[in-house]
Amino acid sequence: MQTEVFLAGFGGQGVMFAGQVLSYAAMDAGKEVTWIPSYGPEMRGGTANCTVVIADEEIGSPLVQNPPAAIIMNLPSLDKYESMVKPGGVLIVNSSMVDRDVARNDITWVSVPCNDIAEEAGDKRMANIVATGALLALLPVLSLDDIEAALNAHMPGRHKNLLPKNVDALKRGAEYAKQHVHKAQ
Amino acid sequence: MAVTIVNPQNLVYARPKGFTDTPTHYCPGCTHGTAHRLVAEVLEEMNILDRTIGVAPVGCAVFAYNYIDVDFVEAAHGRAPAMATGIKRVLPDRVVFSYQGDGDLASIGMAETVHAAARGENITIIFINNAIYGMTGGQMAPTTLPGMKTTSSPNGRDVETQGYPIRVSEMLATLDGAGYIVRRSLHDPKNIRLAKKAIRTAFETQVHGLGFSMVELLSTCNTGWGVTPVESLTWLEEHMIPAFPLGDYKIAPAVAALKF
Amino acid sequence: MAREMWKGNEAIAEAAVRAGLEAYFGYPITPQNEVLEYLSHRMPELGRAFVQAESEPAVINMVYGAACTGARVMTSSSSPGISLMQEGLSYIAGTEVPMVLVNVMRGGPGLGNIAPSQGDYNQICKGGGHGDYHPIVLAPASIQEAVDLMPVAFELAHKYLNICTILIDGSIGQMMEPIQLPEMQPVVRKEYGWAVSGAKGRERHILTSIYLDVPTEEKTNLRLLGRWREAQANEIRYKEYFLDDAEYVVIGFGTAGRIALSAVRAARAQGHKVGLFRPISVNPFPYKRVEELCKQAKSFLVVEMNTGQMLKDVQAAVRNRIPMRFYGRLGGVMPFPDEFIQEIQEMIKNPGKPDDDPADLWYQRMMAR
Repeated sequence: MQTEVFLAGFGGQGVMFAGQVLSYAAMDAGKEVTWIPSYGPEMRGGTANCTVVIADEEIGSPLVQNPPAAIIMNLPSLDKYESMVKPGGVLIVNSSMVDRDVARNDITWVSVPCNDIAEEAGDKRMANIVATGALLALLPVLSLDDIEAALNAHMPGRHKNLLPKNVDALKRGAEYAKQHVHKAQ
Repeated sequence: MAVTIVNPQNLVYARPKGFTDTPTHYCPGCTHGTAHRLVAEVLEEMNILDRTIGVAPVGCAVFAYNYIDVDFVEAAHGRAPAMATGIKRVLPDRVVFSYQGDGDLASIGMAETVHAAARGENITIIFINNAIYGMTGGQMAPTTLPGMKTTSSPNGRDVETQGYPIRVSEMLATLDGAGYIVRRSLHDPKNIRLAKKAIRTAFETQVHGLGFSMVELLSTCNTGWGVTPVESLTWLEEHMIPAFPLGDYKIAPAVAALKF
Repeated sequence: MAREMWKGNEAIAEAAVRAGLEAYFGYPITPQNEVLEYLSHRMPELGRAFVQAESEPAVINMVYGAACTGARVMTSSSSPGISLMQEGLSYIAGTEVPMVLVNVMRGGPGLGNIAPSQGDYNQICKGGGHGDYHPIVLAPASIQEAVDLMPVAFELAHKYLNICTILIDGSIGQMMEPIQLPEMQPVVRKEYGWAVSGAKGRERHILTSIYLDVPTEEKTNLRLLGRWREAQANEIRYKEYFLDDAEYVVIGFGTAGRIALSAVRAARAQGHKVGLFRPISVNPFPYKRVEELCKQAKSFLVVEMNTGQMLKDVQAAVRNRIPMRFYGRLGGVMPFPDEFIQEIQEMIKNPGKPDDDPADLWYQRMMAR
């Protein structure tokens, strides 16, 4: 069993961290995992992306051409990567930063106003966590409890007080995705 | 009948303990032998021969380790200050010095020299400035004087196309990491005595952990210059000293306060 | 011990520390900066030597100096920086002192880019610097493997008085994987019969790579060769996957090798009898094992992130016994498993002839795209 998740957005939207949270949760759940970023000058304020591979056995390639799951946090990334998602796969789009629907009907997708939901949960910087919750609602590779445990175990001590808010953001994202999902046809 | 004149009562001059028995390969008249001897004497007087590591350069002094009797490594051209840094950082309680010529130190190895000084690397450099590349056959060096003829400036160094000599001591003295930077000359006994004192101070600077130390020694290359040994000493005094004034370019207060 | 997520570059740095690293010298270059950054706090914290030098030539000569003391010493860099170090590497090889080098390869030649590449295989394995010398080169394919090889690298460097290189690329340096780090080994300062430390109570030591007496230099070259032959006999490392019944064998090192694992699994799922051979010691290269595999395989597929540099070593072992196919991506392009799967399918459909030139056929295919 192997699943790949691709995450993309502007630098600062927390796509790297969201990928790491998934990785930590996968590791703690006893799975093999790789996290690989795009790196270099594009990290300095431009778009950023990373790929997470979660598997039950030794992982080969840390990159895949057509990931079965993606979180897209901004419009340039949607334009660039929409066609990359594997048919039958899952795509989460942050509609707070993207003013169009997904153009494909062969994938399961949902537009989630991640920034707005994060703000309701208490901090707009949690948009990445909202998106992660939305993804896991449609792709049960890990449970929300796994993510909560991973946040608790690996968040730096000074941010621990933000844990309840993050868990709330995660759940709100999952709930929203369940209600607004467009199933693949 | 042979008369033994070397007995303790009349012995005034002997091979220092820091010297091997190997005769040097230097040209007759060359001042490398003098500089080597001063280093060996100082290491012996400070009783640090058995905890000193030398770094030999590429140039005429490439075989310095055949004469100065301490642990030695042989560096790549110009890289002696970097190599000395590597040794000193692993063995900070040992005494580490490099012995370099002008091509090695001020041309190919200028970056290593400047940055070792800037880091305040606690090493000592003995810098032989004879205004020429000796070993390779007398080519123009970064310290060759304007108008000076060499095998690669046959009409004399033309500053319009070949630039100006570099005054290394003056330059390094501007760096905060430098503890002791002086220029001395080897052209007569008085100056040789002053040079030895400077070499002693440089090693004392290192032993006391007071930062980078360098003694620039104006030296002769009668072969490369195409003159006799005696003429070379006069030429040094008349031409090199005006271009490279002798003096103390940086003496950190803590170095000035040293008593030894 | 629990697994922890580590970035490749930082994991390598910590693994070196735990292997008894006494001195590190480095210079910034992407994609290996995290090694330098990590050790800039870790080494001083342990009272060990760390210097950010002014250039790679300075770095490698600091390493040279420290290596002459017998200390466990290392540097890391990426392709253009490694080129700048070649002079010092040749001197270190010629002086017969031990060091560990980490090359996090990037796209080239020239300034190139910072993307993952395997374009330095020839430079690293076949010498790079001037003169006859043979550095030991280990090419891990994962962070765990890299971490496990760090203590091995120091042991080999000291055993064979040679350079031991850990050869990875930007993807392994930049990615994160869960790993188990080795236990912290104490720093052991030994008095070696060759190292410089001040000649207290012993004959002095002189370390040099100059032998103006030509016969002595020849003897020195033979001594280097002797140690190298010993390494060739004893230090072959590789990993095999699904080879028991394999009729087709994919061969790749490092990242290309691990990407091939995904492709081989997919081909197996399609019912093809395909296996993977992944050299870990790329110098010395496992020629003998490759030769043995010729007996069971109908064809080989060699995959690399270069124009076929390791291919030449595989060919030297195969000697036209069986047909071979080559597939490479260049200049920092990281291949996807799908590309390798397609190559495997093509190989099975048409294995070709033993005399075919795989690099030439691959070039024709690339240009026809």
